Amino acid sequence: MSFSIKKQGDIVVVDVEGQLIVGNRQELKQKVLDELEKGEKKFLIDFSQTGYIDSSGLGVLVSLSKKIREQGGELRLANLNDDLKTLFELTKLDTLFQIADTRERALESF
Amino acid sequence: MTDIRSRGEEAAPLGELRIALEVSISSDVRYIERVVEIVRSQCMAVLFAPRHCALNVPVALSEALSNAILYGNGEDPGKHVRVRAQVDDEQLVLEVADEGGGFDLDEETTDPTQLENIEREDGRGLFLMQQLMDRVERFDDHGNVIRLTLRRGS
Repeated sequence: MSFSIKKQGDIVVVDVEGQLIVGNRQELKQKVLDELEKGEKKFLIDFSQTGYIDSSGLGVLVSLSKKIREQGGELRLANLNDDLKTLFELTKLDTLFQIADTRERALESF
Repeated sequence: MTDIRSRGEEAAPLGELRIALEVSISSDVRYIERVVEIVRSQCMAVLFAPRHCALNVPVALSEALSNAILYGNGEDPGKHVRVRAQVDDEQLVLEVADEGGGFDLDEETTDPTQLENIEREDGRGLFLMQQLMDRVERFDDHGNVIRLTLRRGS
């Protein structure tokens, strides 16, 4: 499991490869916060290569969403498969995040 | 230690196939993914629904293991978490045991979907277990045990 970060224009795109769970959530949090500190404002997290997410992974996404908003930035999520969508719906986090079906749509939405 | 016992053959009717498995780990969250993968592969072996194998079982078991390691055993590497899994044609039963004093399931469960809780970073673990499993029980057996039951047809 790992996270890769790249810039697409002025948008920071993070790919979550594998699981987002208690054992690695801090790594994702730190990577995104580092970019935020550098002054980046637009963030897209892409889940096309993600297996499952646990409650602490969801918690980190909530935390990042707040921190990015506090800095006047925006966060989008993209490519949740049906199982991951169910997870967001069960926790009603689909109401908190802006979620796009594809990476392209998410990039266009900024 | 992993102990896998299975009865029946691949071509036998599903009703004859039962898997019992026991895994013991020290209190380190880095083991969670591997234990989940072991159990998930057994669910696939007895042809549980893809959603159960990809979502319900991995997330619920991951939550139970996190609770046991972080809260039950306080991440003390000298303390262990034991996982027992039994899968057959009807249901999956998972038991996750730690060396802690336990907790009250009803008191500890908050509703993270309430407006006032939606932006909380924590408080979704037990809720997710209850949403993703048919039954969640807690009991004491020389330590704290959480039992998760998922019926095949649910």
